[in-house]
Amino acid sequence: MNIREPAALVVDAVSVGFGDRLVLDTLTLQAQPAALTAVLGPNGAGKTTLVRCCTGLVTPDSGRVSVLGHRPGSAAAAARVGLMPQSTGAWSGIRAGELLRYLASLYANPQPWSALVDRLGLRPFLDTPYRRLSGGQQQSVNLAGALIGRPELVFLDEPTAGMDPHARRATWEVLRELRAAGVAIVLTTHAMDEAEALADAVYIVDGGRVVVAGTVPELTRGGSSLEEVFLAHTRVRAA
Amino acid sequence: MSVLDFSPAPDAAPARQRVLAHGRTEFRLLVRNGEQLLLALVIPLGILGLGRFGGGRFGTLAVLAPSVLALAIWSSGFTSVAIATGFERRYGVLERLAATPLGKSGLLAGKMLAVVAVVVGQLVVLAAVAVVLGWRPHPTALSLLAALLVAVLAVGTFVGLALALAGRLRAEATLGLANLIYVVLLVGGGLVVPVGRYPSALQPVVETLPTAALGAELRAAALGQALAWPVLVLLVWLVVAALLARKGFRWTA
Repeated sequence: MNIREPAALVVDAVSVGFGDRLVLDTLTLQAQPAALTAVLGPNGAGKTTLVRCCTGLVTPDSGRVSVLGHRPGSAAAAARVGLMPQSTGAWSGIRAGELLRYLASLYANPQPWSALVDRLGLRPFLDTPYRRLSGGQQQSVNLAGALIGRPELVFLDEPTAGMDPHARRATWEVLRELRAAGVAIVLTTHAMDEAEALADAVYIVDGGRVVVAGTVPELTRGGSSLEEVFLAHTRVRAA
Repeated sequence: MSVLDFSPAPDAAPARQRVLAHGRTEFRLLVRNGEQLLLALVIPLGILGLGRFGGGRFGTLAVLAPSVLALAIWSSGFTSVAIATGFERRYGVLERLAATPLGKSGLLAGKMLAVVAVVVGQLVVLAAVAVVLGWRPHPTALSLLAALLVAVLAVGTFVGLALALAGRLRAEATLGLANLIYVVLLVGGGLVVPVGRYPSALQPVVETLPTAALGAELRAAALGQALAWPVLVLLVWLVVAALLARKGFRWTA
């Protein structure tokens, strides 16, 4: 895979250990502007820790992370990044509309609130407390929260988990529009069809390392599907 | 209608706007929460009622009213913050907001703002009800100043201790422990019951508690006196709480 500069995200030989357990092991990847970079890996592969390194919540034991040329978690980086966390990411009692208005108020040039709400189909449940939303509705609200600050780089952790097929396809379309607009997208997912449909670059991670990387055509050149490539390069872990 | 445009145009709002927005949001969520309302107003009002209508068995309003104000600061500064923060950590709220322009320091500043707003609201309501029930305090300018200083130190201390607890334990464990500590110090922490009423062997221990320092200063202030020892006790606790919170707090579950 070709490395272009300047990359929106540079993760260079990053290692993170929690106690005796090495969660990231000299992991290296890049994400480019106007491209969707998919990070695939089984549960426990280190994907969430990778995202936390990129948002400054976990400090690597060694290696370097550069977010749009800035230190992860710095004010300059935080203003330009959107995050859609894997877990709920909201107060249980806050109304969906209230959460989005609050998040918009943290930015100087937020997306037009009403237009974003309509684009993601959120209007019917704007007054619903977050805890009463379905899993898919929560994901849609979280996606809106990640995009509301008009970011240059977005981290989407399992963005379509829990969505029905209509919402999932609508989300894919939003991701394509984001990419076309120049946004760098880092997507972690278990959904191989999602990566196959959307990704410009794929990194398959296992045991905290990148075990194979390339474009979808490069990885599937031998006639295997992306899922078969994934299964061949990753290990089963005990639940 | 404005058109959606996904082309990047990221920029943070001014810091003051961000902190105020966060403070407003946390304030609204705190006052909407029924359990928090129980701690913040119902229990303190119940104690005031016991003082007014209990025939002196539960103490006089002269002692109970300032004690209840201390209790309000304790419940909102410690218990409410610990429980709310524990669940914010569990639900990934902290993780998400730390990655926005609000950042970690803005989040803490906004949280403190919300707590101060809740405490001020509580103190106004409870003091007004106490006066209606017959409380007649005699503060001086100096005793009011001392009470204000101690109240500020106490809020900082309690929030620090709450963050140290919520930043370390699971949300459910924080919920249980914060309520237990609330009750234990309400009864045995010199907060509502003056230190002089404890067994003499226990008094030196109780005096070192932040709750006792707060209760003693507010009771003294209502009588027009300003005490120095509560200020010293709370200064030490503030440093301890800040160090514990700084060292132990984890943003992720």
